[in-house]
Amino acid sequence: MLNHTATHGRVKRVIAACSVAVVATLGMAACSSSGSSGSNDKVGVALIVKTTSNPYFVSMETAAKAAAATAGVNLTLAAGTKDGDTDTQITAIENSISRGDKGILITPNGPAVNNEIAKARKAGLYVIALDTPPDPANTVDITFATDNFAAGEAIGKWTAAKLDGKKAVIAMVDLSATQSISVDYDRDTGFLTGMGIKVPDKKKNGSEAPTGSYTGATGGNYEIVGHQPSGGAEDGGRTAMETLLSKNSNINVVYAINEPAAYGAYQALKAAGKTSGVLLVAIDGGCTGVGYVKDGILGATSQQYPSKMATLGMAAIVKLAKTGKKATTSTGLNFFNTGSQLITDQAVTGLPSIDTTAGSKICWKN
Amino acid sequence: MSQQSTPASTPTAQLDLAEEFIRRTTPMSVIRGTLHRYPAISPAVVLLVAVIVFGVINGRFLAPANLSLITQQVAVVGTIGVAQTLIILTAGIDLSVGAIMVFASMVMGQVAAVHGVPGWIALGLGLVVGLAAGALNGVLVTRFRLPPFIVTLGTLSIFVALTLLVSNGSTIQGNQMPALLTWTGDTFRVLGVDITYGVVMMVVLYVIFALILSKTAWGRHVYAVGDDVEAARLTGIRVNRLLLSVYVTAGAILALGAWIQIGRSFAASPNAAIDINLDSITAVVIGGTSLFGGRGNIWGTLLGALIVGVFRNGLALAGLDVLFQTLAVGILVIVAVGIDQWIRRVRK
Repeated sequence: MLNHTATHGRVKRVIAACSVAVVATLGMAACSSSGSSGSNDKVGVALIVKTTSNPYFVSMETAAKAAAATAGVNLTLAAGTKDGDTDTQITAIENSISRGDKGILITPNGPAVNNEIAKARKAGLYVIALDTPPDPANTVDITFATDNFAAGEAIGKWTAAKLDGKKAVIAMVDLSATQSISVDYDRDTGFLTGMGIKVPDKKKNGSEAPTGSYTGATGGNYEIVGHQPSGGAEDGGRTAMETLLSKNSNINVVYAINEPAAYGAYQALKAAGKTSGVLLVAIDGGCTGVGYVKDGILGATSQQYPSKMATLGMAAIVKLAKTGKKATTSTGLNFFNTGSQLITDQAVTGLPSIDTTAGSKICWKN
Repeated sequence: MSQQSTPASTPTAQLDLAEEFIRRTTPMSVIRGTLHRYPAISPAVVLLVAVIVFGVINGRFLAPANLSLITQQVAVVGTIGVAQTLIILTAGIDLSVGAIMVFASMVMGQVAAVHGVPGWIALGLGLVVGLAAGALNGVLVTRFRLPPFIVTLGTLSIFVALTLLVSNGSTIQGNQMPALLTWTGDTFRVLGVDITYGVVMMVVLYVIFALILSKTAWGRHVYAVGDDVEAARLTGIRVNRLLLSVYVTAGAILALGAWIQIGRSFAASPNAAIDINLDSITAVVIGGTSLFGGRGNIWGTLLGALIVGVFRNGLALAGLDVLFQTLAVGILVIVAVGIDQWIRRVRK
């Protein structure tokens, strides 16, 4: 009985301590939130990227932070835990709405965020998608992105010019086999179109005829050995290239979805003793990728500008908040094109490009 | 009194006949008994059949260079699979194997490339990282008695975060690292075929652990703990100490896997081996090791890893869409687990 009273007393003390802690925490939270809402003349913008494990999105954050400092914008950063994590992004959007932000810049991890984006727009926030136009495009107010199809066309045209009439035995190292991702099929079909190969369905990898003739530059015959997914990483690129080389060892053109996958493909080519006489091209233009072009691993790459997406997007929100004017899409596209440039040290006539020295000055860091 | 056979109509006789019927040896029960004793037979048969079928569909599949490629493609999963097998044999599971391996590889790459540390010290540091990570998992499982699934689910995120902290998302290229770190990707020629040192290391690892698991007390204790932890404890096995040693050993194997991964990619990348957690579990399951612990053969895991590699390569050469590779792996797993459940129902 003595035990019971002692325990009972202890329980009471614990409950009392907990309540005090809870009240204190709530009090502090109330104090801090009232503190920050005092600065409500600043435009609030939230940047929600896919994941901070990808330097591409980190460069967006860096550019956004710098732009926010100069423009006097209250910037909040958020990110998914990994590519595909929509739940964290949904929470971040909700937080943005409660914070009273004027606009959201988001690289959506998937269509699951569309519902939350609709709620944000209904609450009066201006939502801009970065890097990837959502499907459907009018889920957001506007998208600031690279024209991935045009980026693919540029390297396709370069490849056709370098082939100079030779037969093209092409290996396509794509991103994914299990998902239909716009950056994947845009770059893939863009490359083939740039080479002058007919692509019946531009929203899908592999709809082109496996053999035929290409009309780019001098024109010639082509054969597509196959499409293999790489996951956009070095080891996947290597396995994909090995598989395609096993199917046909005469490959002389390799398209890769991005530079890490191209690097892996290069390792496979090196192991097979086939580095000379193979044209390897990719897209992204990160500083490491520009280095690959300089070192001769890649023949050419299309450089894109994630920092531009973040800064132009932020400027559009500030402009809307201050003047009420909305941003407009680029001519002929359903998004605002932040542009891409062909980087190569082997320029071809008639195709604008910049060399690796110039490219390494404006590349995004990775 | 002489033995007389009772007429078939009496109740006892009917019971005898019924028992005889139940205990009869049919071809199926013979197969089941054999598979129970040698669980690696079913994956071996599947592998053989697959190689023959894919070889018939596309002759290029059987080219020695292609077969060597398949072994290189499964070298990392095969190595990780040894660690996973050890843990699954103790009726645990490790979801953080990939994260630990990538973390170790980034530590090795960073210290060597950025801080100019010599190759063998970098390897040593990678080993220390693997051991520490394994110890973390082991301590959480044994001291805090948390289920391995939950523990490794948590440590998975911890190691992913640590990898980002160490690497900042950047990949380290092979030519920035000392040659020792990428040595596992170097090849030597045997009978006209190129084989990587990484593949050889994987095979040696399997031989070592096959011997350890079958010939040493520690190995037998691993099976005992996985089969029935209370019975093991009652026979005097220090269960907590054994489990901790299993996780720490797994960590060391993962560090070896990291070295082989660097050689394979000729780079240390934080985005490497994205699906390797599930791939390693797949290899273990297809190899006939039971997810419930206590039963399985380490060679089965190697066979499981090879089967997945053969299917992926063979289906690609057959010209089928990559979706079929994913489908095939899923079907293989279900069939393997089904066979495992069927074997378990052997009656003495």
